[in-house]
Amino acid sequence: MAVKFIVSRYNSETDAKPYFQEFSLDIPKGATLLDCMNLIEWQQDGTLTFRMSCRSAICGSCALRVNGHARLACKTQAVDVVYEGAVKIEPIGNMNVIKDLAVDLEPFWESLEKVSPWLMPDESIKYEKERLQSHEDQLKIDHASTCILCASCYSDCNVLNVDPKFLGPATLAKAQRFVFDSRDAETEARLDYLSKLHGMWDCTHCAECSTRCPTDAKPLSRIKELRTAAMSRGFTNNNGARHVLGFRESVGGFKGFGGGGMLNENYIPIRSVGFFNLDGIFSLLPVGFRMFIRRKNPPLIPHIIEKIGEVRKMFRRFDEYRKESK
Amino acid sequence: MKYALFTGCVAKGAGRELMASTIYAAERLGIQLVEMKDATCCGAGVIQEDNPLLADALNARTFALAEEQGLDIMTICGTCQGVMRTAQVKMDDPKYRDKVNSELKKDTGRTYAGKTKVKHFYQIIHEEYGLNNLALRVTRNLKGLKVAPFYGCYVLRPHEYSDTKVPDRPDYLEKMIGAVGATPIDYPEKQKCCGFPILMTNKVNSLQLSGNAVIGALEAGADCIVTPCPLCHLNMDSYQPEIESMLGRRIGLPILHYPQLVALALGASLDDMKLNTHIVRPNKAMESLIKKD
Repeated sequence: MAVKFIVSRYNSETDAKPYFQEFSLDIPKGATLLDCMNLIEWQQDGTLTFRMSCRSAICGSCALRVNGHARLACKTQAVDVVYEGAVKIEPIGNMNVIKDLAVDLEPFWESLEKVSPWLMPDESIKYEKERLQSHEDQLKIDHASTCILCASCYSDCNVLNVDPKFLGPATLAKAQRFVFDSRDAETEARLDYLSKLHGMWDCTHCAECSTRCPTDAKPLSRIKELRTAAMSRGFTNNNGARHVLGFRESVGGFKGFGGGGMLNENYIPIRSVGFFNLDGIFSLLPVGFRMFIRRKNPPLIPHIIEKIGEVRKMFRRFDEYRKESK
Repeated sequence: MKYALFTGCVAKGAGRELMASTIYAAERLGIQLVEMKDATCCGAGVIQEDNPLLADALNARTFALAEEQGLDIMTICGTCQGVMRTAQVKMDDPKYRDKVNSELKKDTGRTYAGKTKVKHFYQIIHEEYGLNNLALRVTRNLKGLKVAPFYGCYVLRPHEYSDTKVPDRPDYLEKMIGAVGATPIDYPEKQKCCGFPILMTNKVNSLQLSGNAVIGALEAGADCIVTPCPLCHLNMDSYQPEIESMLGRRIGLPILHYPQLVALALGASLDDMKLNTHIVRPNKAMESLIKKD
């Protein structure tokens, strides 16, 4: 059966904007989407431009947006993405198109460089041979190590869509790979850098990255691990970390006191911007006032669940664990 | 049909209209709800970043409470739904569940057996109650009302933690909108992020994301947006005046909670749905529907 391939075409030197061109192709049995793209190029239009290399989901070259979502063409069975007789193919997002389906990956590489994606060991330690790791330590960086730099996550990241300065999911996953590397000596400096604006706390948890990731790197999970590491090492002087502390304190209490089991929505915004940050607190006033006028403001006396004792006990004991592990 | 109602924090705080309209809709649909007054916050993916095991233990406690009641859980918040499903999928591994239970038992004497199901109201309507049944109970004709669905991230992604069938091409909201007589509006941002989780860390990015969604729906011709997540609602409704200032244009697009649209179709008044507590008041398209009665 002939399938309609609706392909985005664009030549940055001659076209004012991208347009769609339709190709008709009978999908051969077992063909990947990349096989189909090749057939279209070889048999119908030799000017169609797209990147490819290994055909084995290792090189990361052939990421495309298929029906609106990034995926590797070589790892996709073409019949699986046909919807109502058609499949829509576009270049990956959040980057400028050079020609047809080939994008300028420079911003992606530039972002990666910002987190020094190489091992920075303590050079004063002399090793006889290699710097060995235990299996347990290796497992901590195993997921991020599988990243093939295909930029699928970068393409579909919601935050990058509005802020090109955001480090982005692949870069943060790469950062996790070195923050958690037992042989690296720059953990504190790395976490300090990642805690700044446009860093790890700017991720919204939208999970597009992990959903589009064709490997086991799953950037969102790595970002969460980075945040947990930053919290446990005391990198809490920023709104993102204070927001987490605000959640903890309003649900489970502070040092064993208070906590209602539910969020205190009046407390968290102030805790997040910082108790002594007058500009930050002032910025909360308009929305607070609007909500108060409409009687939409959270209750001044926060809701406390019935058996709060159980929950406070849980938080207190986990705090003890934390002290012991330190 | 009877469920343990997990309200989440917002329905008890800055989104009390969500609670009111849920109760209204459930009563008229004959869905019996028992509020879980002893359940905690789900952690919203935030407590999870401080201490993943503690957060999973908090959710295991909630699941254990529902099991003690012999009921499945109904959520009314997309974020709670996603976070609690994630905890459940992790605890489907018996080894990990044992680990969480051993912690939970120390402080509460409770354990989670892995039996209770967690479903959002919108999944229950779609998969269990049935859209045909819903359509039979509609008392207010919403014909002509153009409604833009906005899913929110947590009910869709990551796919391995989502119960939504075909999460890249969901139709739960569109079908409900159609079942109550209104017209679903398609627009590119319906599955995007509202930006709420970074409101306190990067307000500009957060509101730009919400702004894109609201403008997308408006330009596609929507009279209002409907969302199953009260956090999306907060960003798109409570902060809409800031979004308007930032983008330099008037928007005025009402944002409805999922149960509010159901309640509207079942004949609720503005007061029943507490629509007047919204920052963006009902527009002419909605008011004319309510006044017709």
